[in-house]
Amino acid sequence: MAKFLLHRLYIAILVAITVSVIAFGLLRLSGDLAAELAGEDASEEEIALTAKQYGLDRPLYIQYFDWAGGALTGDLGRSLFTNEPVVEMIFERIGVTVKLALYAIFVSLVVAIPLGVMASVRPNTLIDRFSLGIAVFGQAIPNFYFALLLILLFGVKLRWLPISGNDSFAHFILPAFTLGLGAMPQFMRLTRSGMLDVLDSDFIRTARAKGLNPRRVLFKHALRNAVLPIVSLMAVVLGFLLGGTVIIESIFALNGVGFLAFESIMRQDFPVVQSIVFILSLSYIVLTLLSDLINAQLDPRIRLG
Amino acid sequence: MPDAIQSRDIEDQVDEFEVAVPSPPELMKRRAKSHRGFIIGGSVVIFFLLVAVFAPVLAPFDPYDQDLTRRLIPPVWDAAKGTWEHPFGTDALGRDYLTRLMYGAQISLMIGFFAAAVSAIVGSCIGMIGGYFGGRIDNFVMYLINVKLALPGLLVALSLVSVFGGSILALILILSFLFWDRYAVVTRSVTQQIRVNDYITAAQALGTSRTRIIISEVLPNVMNQIIVIASLEMAVAIIVEAALSFLGLGVQPPTPSWGLLLSEGRSYMFFMPYLINFPGLAIFFLVISINMMGDGIRDITAPEGRN
Repeated sequence: MAKFLLHRLYIAILVAITVSVIAFGLLRLSGDLAAELAGEDASEEEIALTAKQYGLDRPLYIQYFDWAGGALTGDLGRSLFTNEPVVEMIFERIGVTVKLALYAIFVSLVVAIPLGVMASVRPNTLIDRFSLGIAVFGQAIPNFYFALLLILLFGVKLRWLPISGNDSFAHFILPAFTLGLGAMPQFMRLTRSGMLDVLDSDFIRTARAKGLNPRRVLFKHALRNAVLPIVSLMAVVLGFLLGGTVIIESIFALNGVGFLAFESIMRQDFPVVQSIVFILSLSYIVLTLLSDLINAQLDPRIRLG
Repeated sequence: MPDAIQSRDIEDQVDEFEVAVPSPPELMKRRAKSHRGFIIGGSVVIFFLLVAVFAPVLAPFDPYDQDLTRRLIPPVWDAAKGTWEHPFGTDALGRDYLTRLMYGAQISLMIGFFAAAVSAIVGSCIGMIGGYFGGRIDNFVMYLINVKLALPGLLVALSLVSVFGGSILALILILSFLFWDRYAVVTRSVTQQIRVNDYITAAQALGTSRTRIIISEVLPNVMNQIIVIASLEMAVAIIVEAALSFLGLGVQPPTPSWGLLLSEGRSYMFFMPYLINFPGLAIFFLVISINMMGDGIRDITAPEGRN
């Protein structure tokens, strides 16, 4: 167990370092940031002055170590536009994004697991086709179009739900539903195929032969074993959703990290962009590490194998 | 002579039976013909492809021609204002919407296809090399895949587009960067499985070069999987291109991309919902039919792999 843990940790750290370099380099690929910051008709002296002011005249690796060293102590620099500390900007908004991602996962699990279980119990029947149909729909509809349709229907026609802002729980319903629909097909397919495998196994036959309550067999014996891959997928999807909320946040005017990232990309505010990319990557790395640990805890074959 | 007749019957039957054993390609053809999803999906994809290719001939107008006296004409089924001259209406600048949608198919299909193809080449090479060589090389490949998975793809793509611009070539390359990992994961594990087979050992014993073994022994065995992933990734690439363009960081106006049409139509959607419904449904139907075709290809080439 200790060896497995150490190895995973080693890889995670290596990946985190690489990701920090990539995040740092992203907007710097554009070449002359100082010229861009100084404005269109800045003279050369002005550009040089701007470069000096932001520390852009130093060699790249020094700039990187400066930023990475700060990151280790929780200092990610300041925004070029608002001059606020980046850490504060992100922490003010990350709550909204995390809430949105968690609600979205909740929505998709609530739909996907029952449908997946029912589809696996009665494969190739109407209910199986129906759940497959929903999955196919969820996979093919672009979420920004779906979001607009929901706005038109629930926001404008029926006037049931608010369509912009993040003041109350109601504000999260439409965005969470939009985002959740996209994540749902994966969960459903995984539940269905996992359940099909498990239902075919000897211990389920034994449990049924003993005359146990069929529902108990299904949920206690079978689903419990099929749930393992769902846990790891959940971590992956959560990490993915945190970085994938850009579009939804900008459509529903949710003031989260995704929207901040989008705004900052538009105005080349590289301290903010690199920090968001880095933090989101880091959260993905930590989440998958956690899910590996949980899986190893739940399934001795992984930790001993 | 009833006996003789009987024995000839049996011989006939045996003959028929032998003839009836189909070759694998013949089997595939039969499965393709009886696979409803594949046929429907494939037909719709071909329809979109034809529309895209022949847009210059079929489209009634020029996609860039503005006519401010003909702004926001609703589609033809609007009894009051619809006209057959603009069956799908016009946009806020008086451009014919049907024409712009047809040209939009070009953008979506081109970017989707090439993004899927480039990422297939890159990802499969990485995956096969890792799977074939194992050891340190494989560790490095796994590390690359882990780095890719950790990065928030959409944000990275947005940043790259903001730096390199929204030209079609740039979009294809940036999207390829988003999608190579799935090919790598799958080809890597398949290569690991087939590496131990006798025909690989035989090729090694003959002194075949490693590049050649990968190309002529490994590649044909992972090709099916690559094609299946490519079709599904093409669908995702089309959605992501539309998303980038929708956010204003993809294809730039006035080029008619479906994502851009959606974002332009958004300000008018409360009164003119057709402006978002046409491009939205176009993306939806193209993507769903590509997915159906991809699932079909999987069932047809490897029916044992479905579940």
